[in-house]
Amino acid sequence: MSKVTFNLRDKGAQFWDKSPRWRRVLLSVIFIAICYALPFLNNPILNTPGSDFQSVLFYPVGMYVMMAIGLNIVVGKSGLLDLGYVAFFAIGAYTMAVLGTKTSLNFWEILPIGVGLAMLSGVLLGTPTLRLRGDYLAIVTMGFGEIVRIVAVNTSAIGGSRGIAGIPTPPPAFKAKFTILDPKPYYWLLLTFTLLIIWMVRRLAARRPGRAWDAIRQDDDVAQLMGINTRRSKVWAFVLGAAVAGVGGVIYASQILSIVPDQFNLNVSILILACVVFGGIGNLWGVIVGAVILAFTPERIRFLSQPRILVFGMALVIMMNLRPDGMLPKKKREHLEADWDHVEESGEGEIK
Amino acid sequence: MRLEIKDLHVHYGKIEAIKGVSVVVNEGEIVTLIGANGAGKTTMLKTISGLRPVTSGQILFDGKDISKMPAHERVNLGLSQAPEGRGIFPGMTVLENLEMGKYHRKDRKSEMKEDLEKVYHLFPRLLERINQAGGTLSGGEQQMLAIGRALMARPKVLLLDEPSMGLAPLMIANIFRIITEINNLGTTILLVEQNAQQALQRAHRAYVLETGNVVKEAKASDLLNDPAVRAAYLGVGAH
Ligand SMILES: Nc1ncnc2c1ncn2[C@@H]1O[C@H](COP(=O)(O)OP(=O)(O)O)[C@@H](O)[C@H]1O
Ligand SMILES: [Mg+2]
Repeated sequence: MSKVTFNLRDKGAQFWDKSPRWRRVLLSVIFIAICYALPFLNNPILNTPGSDFQSVLFYPVGMYVMMAIGLNIVVGKSGLLDLGYVAFFAIGAYTMAVLGTKTSLNFWEILPIGVGLAMLSGVLLGTPTLRLRGDYLAIVTMGFGEIVRIVAVNTSAIGGSRGIAGIPTPPPAFKAKFTILDPKPYYWLLLTFTLLIIWMVRRLAARRPGRAWDAIRQDDDVAQLMGINTRRSKVWAFVLGAAVAGVGGVIYASQILSIVPDQFNLNVSILILACVVFGGIGNLWGVIVGAVILAFTPERIRFLSQPRILVFGMALVIMMNLRPDGMLPKKKREHLEADWDHVEESGEGEIK
Repeated sequence: MRLEIKDLHVHYGKIEAIKGVSVVVNEGEIVTLIGANGAGKTTMLKTISGLRPVTSGQILFDGKDISKMPAHERVNLGLSQAPEGRGIFPGMTVLENLEMGKYHRKDRKSEMKEDLEKVYHLFPRLLERINQAGGTLSGGEQQMLAIGRALMARPKVLLLDEPSMGLAPLMIANIFRIITEINNLGTTILLVEQNAQQALQRAHRAYVLETGNVVKEAKASDLLNDPAVRAAYLGVGAH
């Protein structure tokens, strides 16, 4: 299996690092403007049969992008395999649904509560379980994801398996009205939050928390020897990831009007994880590209109806064989990890 | 700064790896712990730095029992370790690895330049490779980086786990020469080694560890001449 060596990510990073400030600002502004203008794009290549392009932009594309960025903090940055990420999404969505239908709080008031609850559950799940490593953590988080769903199914106060209907939409903001008929304002709302999250993640990654996650991912014990409180760093990564999913959940529920527990099943966690791995684990832009492709493609090839998931799955397998590190892999040097134990020390020269 | 280990017991599950070891490292000394593969040397160091929990016994650092303290807090007190197998962060550059060594220091900004220069003075090779990824260094360079990184934390006691492991003889000699230099600059050192010859030549005092027990304790120079030690650890009399 030949491995494509050309690394677009490194090329991009190089270009960015060499660019003067004005060029960076200009490129960012253009990029952001294009993102906001996407719903007006009317292109037959991008059109999605069966569902309109603007809706697809909000869900699944925008939603997957946001979730993948959040999960990447946990899996990509700090190296913790979380298979129950959907739980935090569900907690955000249920907070919106329950408070929106049972109290007079509006979307903007519920949002911080939903995020707060997702973070709190992140602390509660993370504190005892993050001492586990690798596979054990994956299994426990997977269990947590299922437990949240099953509890929702069995709690009649929050609608049981029928879920909750009649979730209110957000109040108008900046002249945009949030209605069932028009997905554009939701997309813009989601995009705005996604950009905020990207900004936050980039800042964190470049600073001490990011350094600590880097160290922990590469060697947990040695990270402790550097004076890093690894337990606390990991819980933080978990909680930040949970917060992002919480935001996603609240926005999602406010758009879709009704939710049922079965929407929050294991498949969602796995799909979001696939976005992260497919795009290039640990690299923010790779993860975004991965999420866009994985969310969009099944919608685009909907005309194939039944075999479409099969085609999609095969494309994934072929892709991962061609680029095992993802579309836009993180800097190559990370992968030297395993090799070097076998390098034989031959006649080292003098130090001086 | 005196490090004293009193009647230390450490378990891996039900297996007792350290069976009541007592070791003293006085300020300014190089003390070495020699022993064969599996004797429990790494376990000792990991327990001292807090990566393994103690079953019973005390670890006194400057008279205070730190045996229950989490590993990352022990670094603040002045205990730094260059771990077995070097533990370089492969995806970080040489400079980034060294910076990690200062992660916990409150005054890391103001100290950084001065300490980097100290490390480059000890290991000029690291300066040449400053932007090279840690994972691409040779074994000897990685060992230098591991020791340099530990020094960035301004340790009072430096713990070294088999710095000679997997290195060519010339590089081993170099590393040991620098260990003496670091000690001369005022850092107390606890050195764990299988390479008894080199370790005993450099250390002031030594302990011999066998399957979790200290079987001998003496001045390093005395052990170099001890027939039993020579036979078992220095490969003399084997043929
Ligand atoms: N993670 C572990 N789990 C179980 N037993 C271990 C582990 N690490 C070390 N041991 C055992 O503890 C003993 C001491 O090992 P170690 O401290 O690594 O020795 P040394 O560093 O002197 O070679 C050995 O018998 C080894 O098999
Ligand atoms: Mg060892």
